[in-house]
Amino acid sequence: MVHLRGAVALLGRFPALAGVDLDVDRRRIVLLRGANGAGKTTLLRALAGLVPITSGEAVVLGVDLRDDRRAVRHRVGLLAHGTGLYDELTVADNVHFWTRAARADMADAEAAMTQLGLDGRLRDVAVGRLSTGQRRRTSLACLLARRPELWLLDEPHAGLDKEGRDIVDALVRDAAAAGATIILSSHELDRSIELADEIVTLGGGVALDEGASGGDGHVV
Amino acid sequence: MKARVAVMVMLSDAWLIARKDLKLEIRSRVAINQVIPFALLVLVLFAFALDPDRGLLEKATPGLYWIAVLFSGLLAMQRAFSLEAADGVTDALRLSGLSPSGIYLGKTLSVAAQLLVLEVLLGVGVAVLYGTSITGWLLLMATIVVATAAISTAGTLFGVVAAGLRVRETLLPLLLLPVLAPVLIGATRAFEAALSGTPSEGWPWVGLMSVFAAVYAVAGILGFGPLMEES
Repeated sequence: MVHLRGAVALLGRFPALAGVDLDVDRRRIVLLRGANGAGKTTLLRALAGLVPITSGEAVVLGVDLRDDRRAVRHRVGLLAHGTGLYDELTVADNVHFWTRAARADMADAEAAMTQLGLDGRLRDVAVGRLSTGQRRRTSLACLLARRPELWLLDEPHAGLDKEGRDIVDALVRDAAAAGATIILSSHELDRSIELADEIVTLGGGVALDEGASGGDGHVV
Repeated sequence: MKARVAVMVMLSDAWLIARKDLKLEIRSRVAINQVIPFALLVLVLFAFALDPDRGLLEKATPGLYWIAVLFSGLLAMQRAFSLEAADGVTDALRLSGLSPSGIYLGKTLSVAAQLLVLEVLLGVGVAVLYGTSITGWLLLMATIVVATAAISTAGTLFGVVAAGLRVRETLLPLLLLPVLAPVLIGATRAFEAALSGTPSEGWPWVGLMSVFAAVYAVAGILGFGPLMEES
């Protein structure tokens, strides 16, 4: 599903990824942890085909990113720091637009809004008038409706209340059970370690160690 | 067969983007509240600068009209790309699976639709403020359609070039206005021919602008993807 060997990615001249090794199988939930600047966001963006891998091996969903990183993009879902939403459009407009753009089923858009609690009065509210947590939920609904094979979640719990965090965790578990692979970065380690099957610690742009999570908050 | 599918996908994506952009414009009211008043203000200022009684204004009307269109159109084009620069939307577009050529055509269509509305309003403004009597309707309409296509195809292509840069607001006019100089000349000459009752002198300019629009449309369809990667 994901295979990196000595993957290097440059941001300008700075090696944000300085030789990352990572293997992730299908249906796994992997937590990336590490200090700010460790390379978590760059790794997620590289896996999405947004940041070029300049050396090493990088294969995602069977696509060699060094050959054609654009080919993998429509098969991944990235929840980034930016919401990717249009402020003047309503929640429903945004979810419908990104669902149509992905050529996904519009019924999935409706189901995603229901799952994220956006099917009530929020549905017709302009995104610019939403709280940070509601915007985050709308972004997640856009991602969910696309039914990506690989979920890349950058701080998915950020800005959400407890109910929202519970919804995110349930979505991640459901997606993995349905066959998707999830790689997430989070500073909310208590919650994320419980969610993850595997934990990868990044530091200085490399993977420092890899471990399995017991699913009970303990790294094995 | 494959090429036909690719064209259908491109047109479908273009329609999706154009609808979204126009919906955003209608909701935000930037065109109504800022671009159109700016365009009318430019017309009024020209009228103040060139006294209508001296006949100079009448002679300069075609050029003033197209300068007002270009200046106001620049605002619409900058707006078209500032929409995508906000809050991670550019990345979302890259990940969406939409064809870059479809995105280019969609944004071009949206800009062209806004320009057409602007041009009609400016036409009414010129007739009322400058007292211009409108003749040569066929040539005028053809000029408006072709010049709009030329401005929007080139403007959208240069818009994405400037989109990723911090200085995009000031860079776009610097890049675009020299490129659009032939369109300004062609559209002005064609309007002069129409308004002076010698339409046969205007049609070659319409042809020239058609070639310009076609060249930039092809360049945009082929080049928008790589340029979007760099923005």
